Amino acid sequence: MYVAKRVAQAFVTFVAVVTVTFALVRSIPGGPADFIRAQVMRSGGSDEISMSEINSLVESYTNIDPSTPLHVQYFNYLTSVLQGDLGQSIWYNKPVSDIILGAAPWTIFLLSVSILLTFGIGIVLGAVMAYLEGTRFDNGSTIVSMFLNSVPYYVAAILFVYVISIQLGMLPQSGRYASGLDPGMNLEFIVSALRHAILPIVSLVVTGFGGVAITMRGNAVQEIGEDYIRVAHLRGVPGRRIATRYVGRNAVLPMYTNFMIAIGFMFGGSVILEEIFAYEGLGYYLLSAINTGDYPLMMGGFLIIALAVLICILIADLTYSMIDPRIEDQGSREAY
Amino acid sequence: MAEQNSSFSQSDGAAGGQGASQADIYREWIDMAVLTPIRVAWDDWRTQVGSIIIAFYLLMGTVGVTLVDPPTQGQGDRYVPPFQDWSVPLGTNNLGESLLSSTVHATPPMLQMIAAGAVFSTVLATAIGTVSGYKGGAVDRILTVFTDIAMTIPGLPLIILLTAVFEPTNPAVIGIIITINAWAGLARSIRSQVLSLRDHSYVEASRIMGAPTRRILVDDIIPNIMPYVLINFVNSARNVIFGSVALFYLGLLGSTHENWGIALNNAYNDGAIYSLDVLHWLLIPMFAIVGLSFGFVLFAQGTEKLFNPRIRARHAETVEDDTAPYQE
Repeated sequence: MYVAKRVAQAFVTFVAVVTVTFALVRSIPGGPADFIRAQVMRSGGSDEISMSEINSLVESYTNIDPSTPLHVQYFNYLTSVLQGDLGQSIWYNKPVSDIILGAAPWTIFLLSVSILLTFGIGIVLGAVMAYLEGTRFDNGSTIVSMFLNSVPYYVAAILFVYVISIQLGMLPQSGRYASGLDPGMNLEFIVSALRHAILPIVSLVVTGFGGVAITMRGNAVQEIGEDYIRVAHLRGVPGRRIATRYVGRNAVLPMYTNFMIAIGFMFGGSVILEEIFAYEGLGYYLLSAINTGDYPLMMGGFLIIALAVLICILIADLTYSMIDPRIEDQGSREAY
Repeated sequence: MAEQNSSFSQSDGAAGGQGASQADIYREWIDMAVLTPIRVAWDDWRTQVGSIIIAFYLLMGTVGVTLVDPPTQGQGDRYVPPFQDWSVPLGTNNLGESLLSSTVHATPPMLQMIAAGAVFSTVLATAIGTVSGYKGGAVDRILTVFTDIAMTIPGLPLIILLTAVFEPTNPAVIGIIITINAWAGLARSIRSQVLSLRDHSYVEASRIMGAPTRRILVDDIIPNIMPYVLINFVNSARNVIFGSVALFYLGLLGSTHENWGIALNNAYNDGAIYSLDVLHWLLIPMFAIVGLSFGFVLFAQGTEKLFNPRIRARHAETVEDDTAPYQE
């Protein structure tokens, strides 16, 4: 029941995102129709092109036929998106879904590794800091965590490019893999792809784990002081079990909202991160679409990033409901 | 805590004389709501350092801009390293612009963006979070779905689309666009805080007495989550810095006004990363960005123990430390 409700809600959210995208793209000055019309006029030269021809051209690119009423346009756009048809890229002159299918795995790989590492390192470090509260290790890590938390990931990325790629030449500066390699399941390609992914991932993780560690530390310090922990100690429950099952679990659960926010934040951040590393993922194409006025690719990239965030949040949601049974009885609250 | 108690007894004494005047109530409120938290927070070195850093940037944005000339081409030779020529103390870039000038003159719009964005996101989050958490039922469900939608839409791409649509130039408008969906996460966490408050006995009492929802929220609920809201106000300030510098770095806002992101972008694309000699061109905007956000992070962390009594107690020397984990 809970699963069905969450999936239904995710679907509603996705339709809402499609609506927002539609509304935004409709309100861009000029709009896709004008853009395509101008292009056709330029390339067509003196040839007379009828309005209906341009309209059908606009429709084949963007799935929006400007001659129909607004609600029909919206309905047609929504149905074609839900069927997986995202239109045709004006700039690359390929179906948007092809470009996105080629780019999405890279972004998802980069960001899921980053998110897992950020939270893994942050949670472990925060728990250790809480147990060693007041020691030199705790104070030192707190300051370092706070400092790293105030460095934007793209500033870290630029510094890494400068120091590690350019000055030391240890890791590649840009791209998804070394040029001239055939993508495939061979060792050379995988090593190259991993080496290209290290710097983007490290930029996100280094600037992200500090915030997680500080939150985890605060939660764990609070949990350690609770009465049930004292009782557990008096009952003779082994310390390790208390640390992981009692303190750990209860300190991690409130960070669930942070986790969801972090997913959205990191996926959104892929726009600038992939630009710095010239990493051809979703964010890279989205930004290039915005810069070239490629509306279909712009909308498609935006929708797919939203979809990726949505799926990640859904997975987090369903996992959370398995770990924390209390989430079920939310509906029983009285309304005032 | 001691200070809070003493403020109570003082005002009680004054009230006992001839009934509390409006001024007394006001003074007591100031002491309780403003001075005591400041005293507690000021005990922490992080608050002190954070406040000093923020005050420094405020001075730079107000007094600094009158002392330092606006950046123009040819203020000095090209690529002057910092601390060499005292007419351009922080050196110059490829056009001979003084980096001190461009850093200082980027501060006022940055502060405006921070103020607008932080106020917008915090007020919206508090309103939606408290109403949703307190009311429950259908109102809660609708607001939660609305919040979830806002949280799911990827922030930076949405902001980029919005800047493409509206082409904002006013720093305050840019600040609001940057936090256009940043309120959602805060609203969700405020909602879960309110969930634990809504059935407290004093809230129950107000409800039975027939107080309207608006009064209960303003008088009973919001004061309790105020410290939490304040900390998140500071955190969203940091996010506005990150977001605005990102937009300017990507060149999506043009150069309507000075920004550290523009300097960063110019330095990165015009070769500062390939040469050690002009590294200052890249580092100075970085220091400016990280410095201000570090100030905000320190301030937020220093004030955090205001609302975590256990952390406060454990740091107080007068409280017996019986909360430490038992060692094996």
